Amino acid sequence: MTVTSSQRSSAALPNAVPRRQGWLGQAWKRQPLGVIASIFILLIFVLGVLAPVIAPFKAGQQDLLVTLNGPSSAHWLGTDALGRDILSRLLYAAVPSLTYALIALAVFLLIGVPLGIVAGYRGGRIDSVISRVAEIAMSIPAVIILLVVLAVFSSSPIAAMITLGVLGSPGLIRVVRGVTLVVREEAYVTAATVAGVKPVNIMATHLVRRALGPILVQASVFVGSALVIQAALAFLGLLSDGDRPTWGGMIGEASQVISLTSWPLVPAGLIIILTVMAFGLVGDAIRDATSDEASPAGRRWRRRRAKTVTPAANQFDLDTKNHLLQVRNLRVSVDDGVTLVDDATFSVAQGEIVAVVGESGCGKSVTALGTLGLLPPGLHVDGGSVIFDGVDLLSRGAEAYAAVRGGGIGYVAQDALGSLDPTHTVEGHLREVILRHEKLSPAKLKQRTHELLQQVQIADPARVLKLYPHEISGGMAQRINIALALAGRPRLIIADEPTTALDVTVQSEILHLLRELQQSTKLSVLIITHNWGVVADMADRAVVMYAGEVVEMGDVYTVFQAPRFPYTAALLAADPSVSPLGKRLETIPGRVPAPGSRPTGCRFAGRCPFATEACLDGPLPLRVVPPGSVTRCIRAEELASEGVLDR
Amino acid sequence: MKDTSYPVLVAENITVRYRKGRQHFTALDNVNVRIPHAATVGLVGESGSGKSTLAKAILGLVPITTGRIELLGQDITHLNGRRRRGLGRSIQAVFQDPNTSLNPSFTVGRSLIEPLKAQNMLGDIDVDARVAEVLTAVGMEPDAASRQPRQFSGGQRQRISIARALITNPQVVVCDEAVSALDLSVQAQVLNLLTDLQRERGLSYLFISHDMSVVKHICHEVTVLYRGTIKESGPTQQITTQPADPYTKALLLAAPIADPVVQRQRQRPTSAVPAPSRTSLIS
Repeated sequence: MTVTSSQRSSAALPNAVPRRQGWLGQAWKRQPLGVIASIFILLIFVLGVLAPVIAPFKAGQQDLLVTLNGPSSAHWLGTDALGRDILSRLLYAAVPSLTYALIALAVFLLIGVPLGIVAGYRGGRIDSVISRVAEIAMSIPAVIILLVVLAVFSSSPIAAMITLGVLGSPGLIRVVRGVTLVVREEAYVTAATVAGVKPVNIMATHLVRRALGPILVQASVFVGSALVIQAALAFLGLLSDGDRPTWGGMIGEASQVISLTSWPLVPAGLIIILTVMAFGLVGDAIRDATSDEASPAGRRWRRRRAKTVTPAANQFDLDTKNHLLQVRNLRVSVDDGVTLVDDATFSVAQGEIVAVVGESGCGKSVTALGTLGLLPPGLHVDGGSVIFDGVDLLSRGAEAYAAVRGGGIGYVAQDALGSLDPTHTVEGHLREVILRHEKLSPAKLKQRTHELLQQVQIADPARVLKLYPHEISGGMAQRINIALALAGRPRLIIADEPTTALDVTVQSEILHLLRELQQSTKLSVLIITHNWGVVADMADRAVVMYAGEVVEMGDVYTVFQAPRFPYTAALLAADPSVSPLGKRLETIPGRVPAPGSRPTGCRFAGRCPFATEACLDGPLPLRVVPPGSVTRCIRAEELASEGVLDR
Repeated sequence: MKDTSYPVLVAENITVRYRKGRQHFTALDNVNVRIPHAATVGLVGESGSGKSTLAKAILGLVPITTGRIELLGQDITHLNGRRRRGLGRSIQAVFQDPNTSLNPSFTVGRSLIEPLKAQNMLGDIDVDARVAEVLTAVGMEPDAASRQPRQFSGGQRQRISIARALITNPQVVVCDEAVSALDLSVQAQVLNLLTDLQRERGLSYLFISHDMSVVKHICHEVTVLYRGTIKESGPTQQITTQPADPYTKALLLAAPIADPVVQRQRQRPTSAVPAPSRTSLIS
């Protein structure tokens, strides 16, 4: 396998459809229940249409000698009070029963979908009118209306079903309106508006298509309840359909003789239950099949099995023995076997700021969470060691982690406001965390909360303590999160993209705060970032990750001025903050190989202008090269002497 | 060749007021922007500065309270209905989020054709050839048209969004945080692409961003917005090297530069200044 072919295969079609199967075969594979249910409904309908041909008896053919019989060879499903064949009547009843339900459904959709979409998309007064009318309609008792309609239209089933559709539609209006409110904010709807697409076309294409899932679910539920209500009305003797049998009417007739035998209830009841269930299953299946929210990444992981590659023994020996945190060969995998992070190796000394930098998909956050023992469900640490303050947390397990979290290591997440509970005040948050670590008297506790807020440079703690998360800005929220991380007096703070969601002026204040904390309290900071500016601003040392492994690390000045891994150099050159005005930015061709399809040798080789055959030869260890960087590049010295990496 | 200083888009004294219940909220207050032919004008500011509101006002997505917008010499301030929709031939937009910029239910081709259909251009041109042309222009294979958006990465989807914006051959493209959600190397590709397309097609961009370093790189002129008002505007070189306004200075200083030597000289010394009060940010 050459560099280019592996690159092409990983970049071209990440989740190509494996082999074109028949349409039905694919549907069967994904939705077996849905297929069975569709076949069932279709079968019922076809049998109903063929009833005059296949039914053993005419629908109204009476035989008063064999009334209320159980199943027999002549009457497979027995006979009713007038000696009519139940099977034949069920068959004859299928088409009218289904047709009436479908009439109700058609009315339901014709009213509910357009009005819901118009209300959601147009908003304003139109929305108010539609929504209010829908609410009023929902508050009217449906049974009374149905009874009135049946009285006026002399028990016409069609009138009853149309009324049912009208009465059900407000529910659909509300669901469709809700979906539309979300979808209309999506960028492609705005883009279509800008492109000059007529509103009516936007509603008919984008919005209907995106609301289809919920609409189908509602429709399948509704058609089921239409069948049931139809049966209930017929049971009450409120529907008259001449001599044509309906399933509901059959139940009604059966109920009148229930003191003699219960058998005639069974076939009719069963067919209604099965049909209602089948519609429900078809609805679910169609919704799943039309949903676009499938995660391609997840699927990809499942499809491809990773080759197990043992990381090569790293050939470097920097003096990290006394470092506060030492992470060695950390390996994190998805539970089904795909490795996300292979060889994360780095350390943080007491009072040092270390930045982990890389693009999305390189495994930075997974590394941070793995280090903290806080991996989300589905991921697990597969190997390596995490040594904090001389204790191997991985081998000691959950208890060692519990002892160290908060008290030894604090954590600050990217989503500042999302990290706070909206139902608690700032004070509530702080109290909870402080009491977790030390038992304090109420007065001392109060003092400690003030102290923490002062530590994160909040000028008027007394006032801020009383605030709820929705009353504070993103920058303030991140200060509170840092205060919470500091509450257990940790020696190390791990901050995962702590400023990414913040405005640049606020970012600069938060970075400033972290630097001050580090200087005044000898705190260590491990900061995860994709921003070279943040690295340049904060870090003593930089760790560069690519495709799940650490590819380079070193003193921050060295990494910036004399990068010793081509990815580092390329990523630095792509940063517009340091490239000259008007000059083209350097780009990196291709993209980061996905977990599970990473090449065995150097993972950057496919995109590297300096790659040779040797680069693909087996796993590459980290090693020390002058001027003191640690790199995975086997050509580092050669490239350094050519001067192609330096900036 | 057109006179390069000829403005393709002029927005004069734009004020946009919203009503929130009984309270009026001024999102934009008397803002002026002028985009010359084949030039990029940057609109930079933080959240709440009104930069996206201005983009929306220009695109006719929010009503303008007072002011005047002129596109290619035509007053479009209060255009609506069919005549507003017709502007899709001259002005298009690219938005921030690559995940929602394309309808996930449509093939790429269907998304690309949509503007042509809306502008009744399907009969005039060879549609397949045009789709292939714009896809090639943004550095993608023409066969991408038959695929679904989810088969592409964020950067590729952003390229497709740019292709869609180009398909009607507009003169002005509004880029609302068009590269903000992209990784560094992909961002560089898209920025280069925008520059190339400008050179080849004489496009004018209104480039909205919160990132000073990106704006610095791609824009010929910059306008700095703060809470709905213009703080400063002028040629990029001048604004970024000799900012006159203190807010512009603060914004420039706050954006960290990817060079530890330079960046550490720009930092304010730790512990030397008293803790800043952030109370003004509490709403």
